[in-house]
Amino acid sequence: MPKPEHYVAPFDENEMAEVDKVKLNEKPSNLWSDAWRSLRRRPLFYVSLVTVLIIVLMALFPTLFTSVSPTDNCQLANSNGGPTEGHPMGFTRQGCDVYARVVWGARTSLAVGLLATAISGVVGVIMGALAGFYGGWVDSVLSRLGDIFFSIPYILAAVVVMSVLADYRSVWTLAFAIGGFAWASLARILRSEILRVKSGDFVMASIATGRTRFSTLVSHVLPNSITPVIVYLTLSLGGAIVAEATLSFLGVGLPTTVMSWGNDISAAQTSLRTAPMTLIWPSIFLTVTVLAFITLGELVRDALDPKARARG
Amino acid sequence: MLMYVVRRLLQAVPVVIGTTFLIYFMVFAMPGDPILAMFGDKTPNQATYDALAAQYHLDQPFLVQYGLYMKDLFSGNLGTTFSGQSVGEVLARTFPVTLKLAAMAIALEFSLAVVLGLFAGLRKGKLFDNVTLVIGLVMLSVPIFVLGFLAQYFVAIKWGWASPTVGSDTSISNMWLPAVVLALSLFTTSMRLMRGTVIDTRSRDFVRTAYAKGLPGRRVIPVHVLRNSLIPVVTNSAANFGVLMVGATVTEGIFNVPGVGNTLYQAIIRGEGPTVVSFVTVMVLAYVVINILVDLLYAVLDPRIRYA
Repeated sequence: MPKPEHYVAPFDENEMAEVDKVKLNEKPSNLWSDAWRSLRRRPLFYVSLVTVLIIVLMALFPTLFTSVSPTDNCQLANSNGGPTEGHPMGFTRQGCDVYARVVWGARTSLAVGLLATAISGVVGVIMGALAGFYGGWVDSVLSRLGDIFFSIPYILAAVVVMSVLADYRSVWTLAFAIGGFAWASLARILRSEILRVKSGDFVMASIATGRTRFSTLVSHVLPNSITPVIVYLTLSLGGAIVAEATLSFLGVGLPTTVMSWGNDISAAQTSLRTAPMTLIWPSIFLTVTVLAFITLGELVRDALDPKARARG
Repeated sequence: MLMYVVRRLLQAVPVVIGTTFLIYFMVFAMPGDPILAMFGDKTPNQATYDALAAQYHLDQPFLVQYGLYMKDLFSGNLGTTFSGQSVGEVLARTFPVTLKLAAMAIALEFSLAVVLGLFAGLRKGKLFDNVTLVIGLVMLSVPIFVLGFLAQYFVAIKWGWASPTVGSDTSISNMWLPAVVLALSLFTTSMRLMRGTVIDTRSRDFVRTAYAKGLPGRRVIPVHVLRNSLIPVVTNSAANFGVLMVGATVTEGIFNVPGVGNTLYQAIIRGEGPTVVSFVTVMVLAYVVINILVDLLYAVLDPRIRYA
């Protein structure tokens, strides 16, 4: 009986090596580059990004957009006047140019929004990170503290703070009043994310190699649980801008001498029947800005959270 | 279930103490004279000043002040407004109006969320889904006072379909516009919850089984998909109801609805600090209580929560 020929399969039996090969000259894929690639395909991303950039430019260099002064040359003769040559949006009750005021108001809204978000971000990250990573009594104390701040609607809290600080109303105090009460949800989100991350082997490895627990938290655990924080902060920027406008509208936000969309809308409400456009223009700018930030936040969340993408 | 209720109530105790203490601390532990600070650029007359100093026990050390304040709060002595009415009486008069407005708004918000969310979920990725997504985002972004003013100007003043302010006539036909404004400002979150759960429920095995045994879509969708997708929307709408009950401050202010929120709104714009503080304290307490009720409702509707 002839022995069957000993068959030796070729190394690349199905010629799949090309598929399996690790491509060394290609950049390794990671969460951020994946997210960027998926963002680049969404037309809405460009629309909201360009809107945000225009608003930021407007805040930094208002003179690029208008050469008319928003406060000087206000003629009462023009009070509530309609659009004329060089004044495309008409005049306010005080006879100031609506377009110029709207352009200059972007700075205030953006400043309060960014500051308040930064404050709530810093407080929320510190509280959430310590509570989640150290556990035990640290967690109990910080989480109960978070529950308290979580139970106060932050507009109401800011109303109280700003009523008490009536003599010290400024962009800074307003940002503290908003941000100081808005951090609790962020702390909760980060805490649960850290609880998930901290059982990973790389955390134990880091401690085993002699890093202190705090240094492990800062250099390994936090970077791996920061994604939901970024998503939350992008989304809450829009909320902070709305909060500024609402408080200014209620008269407990910025002093009326400060130009802001909230103040302008508040001042225009008495002329709602006679000159509605003086109210509608700043409202449109406010809404479009908030919409751009919220859309950007939603898209970033979709891009960073592949599970949500699959569900959606 | 009883254990869950007890545990949830016990958790609320530190929150109630903490929130009231925090508000009290913000107002009375700030440097300077808290009563003068509450009046802003106005100066209270001596009688008002003394009455407030007595009401807030300012001659005592801080912690004793807070203790006495809490005792007053829980025995129903909430202080008086600037016009001399007791806060308790004002609340009793304004609360039913707020309750009615909140019920109208939530009924509308819930129906909008369920209907739009169901169809968006069933037509995932299609035109209807995208249109409702964009409308929802816009409604989420429009600040409530902008929405209120636009509705007031166009619907009430320009087209004359509703009265621009509500005033003392709080019938449904007179209050529908503020209710619609509130519903529009709130429905997005509920709608997207509904859409998400509908998509999730539709891929479950029991739905496939229902189709496999030959049931038509017109039975599977309402009986199997809709009913099993309602829990998150019901609880979210209940939470929204809580938010509205403690006062839709801005909306009630714009439409002059004689409710709790409007009273706070008037006190804020007139700079009546003490009234603002007592109202905010009562509202925060109400908010805490409503949140407990919402959690209990969630536990009743979804037994899995109790064991979490």
